[in-house]
Amino acid sequence: MSIDATDRAILNRLQEGFPISPAPFAAVAGELGIAEDDLIARLERMREARIITRFGPFFDAEAMGGAFCLCAMAVPPEKFDAVMTQVNARPEVAHNYERSHHLNMWFVLATESKDEITAVADDIERATGIRVLCFPKLREFFIGFRVAA
Amino acid sequence: MSIDTIDRTIIAATQGGLPLVPEPYAAVAADLGLDEGELCCRLERMQRDGVIRRIAVAPNHYALGMTANGMSVWDVADDRIADLGPQVGALDFVSHCYERPRALPDWPYNLFAMIHGESRDEVEQKRAQVAALLGPACRGGDILYSTRILKKTGLRLRQKEG
Repeated sequence: MSIDATDRAILNRLQEGFPISPAPFAAVAGELGIAEDDLIARLERMREARIITRFGPFFDAEAMGGAFCLCAMAVPPEKFDAVMTQVNARPEVAHNYERSHHLNMWFVLATESKDEITAVADDIERATGIRVLCFPKLREFFIGFRVAA
Repeated sequence: MSIDTIDRTIIAATQGGLPLVPEPYAAVAADLGLDEGELCCRLERMQRDGVIRRIAVAPNHYALGMTANGMSVWDVADDRIADLGPQVGALDFVSHCYERPRALPDWPYNLFAMIHGESRDEVEQKRAQVAALLGPACRGGDILYSTRILKKTGLRLRQKEG
């Protein structure tokens, strides 16, 4: 599907936030100078066409309880597939990417507690014989990211 | 900041998204057997406490042409990162921006910033902008492009925790 100027204005406006009020679509539609039912219909269409990935509250996974850690390994090319299978088999591995670097395998561990992060990283290290470097988040900087639609 | 069982029910009910109806909060409240006012108070509190980062739309980067991204990493002087980190994070082409520990000697970088663009060239141009912003406080940098997604699962709150 193609999107028009109104759709783009909606995407830009709604990346900034959505009000918590009884009739929030009416409020946003008013700001954009369109009708409430038009706004809702356009959102439905863009969600259907997967131009919108998600619309709603974004939760901070750490604030909800739980621990997360970015980890990296330098996996020799000949062992890559075997190590990938071992790493991916762990349910604590949320995502895993191959990256263009000497440290070529980057994954995120998600567990209920910080102690479990260390335990899982140690397990992976033992199972694969490859050092697991852990890069926990020390500080998060303001997220200004917007996709200009 | 703490969340209780009712908050968890609200999270479970809305983490897939809000209903596209004129009164979405009233609809969610009715499904949960809550009063709309109470639901909204709880959402506001969670937003204030940072449990909810924002209520917003997430467009599909790819559908809008933002198909290239790279994880840029920087070795920033320890006494400057508190000042420079927020400036990098505020750039509209940078998503996730974090300070992380170095792992010397293998890994001298302490600032991670994911850069998005319409092409690899555009990502490289934006990376040069970040380098210019960091200036002499930065002793080096690199960028790692993902060459393959090996695993991707959503992070979802398990409902049994209460």
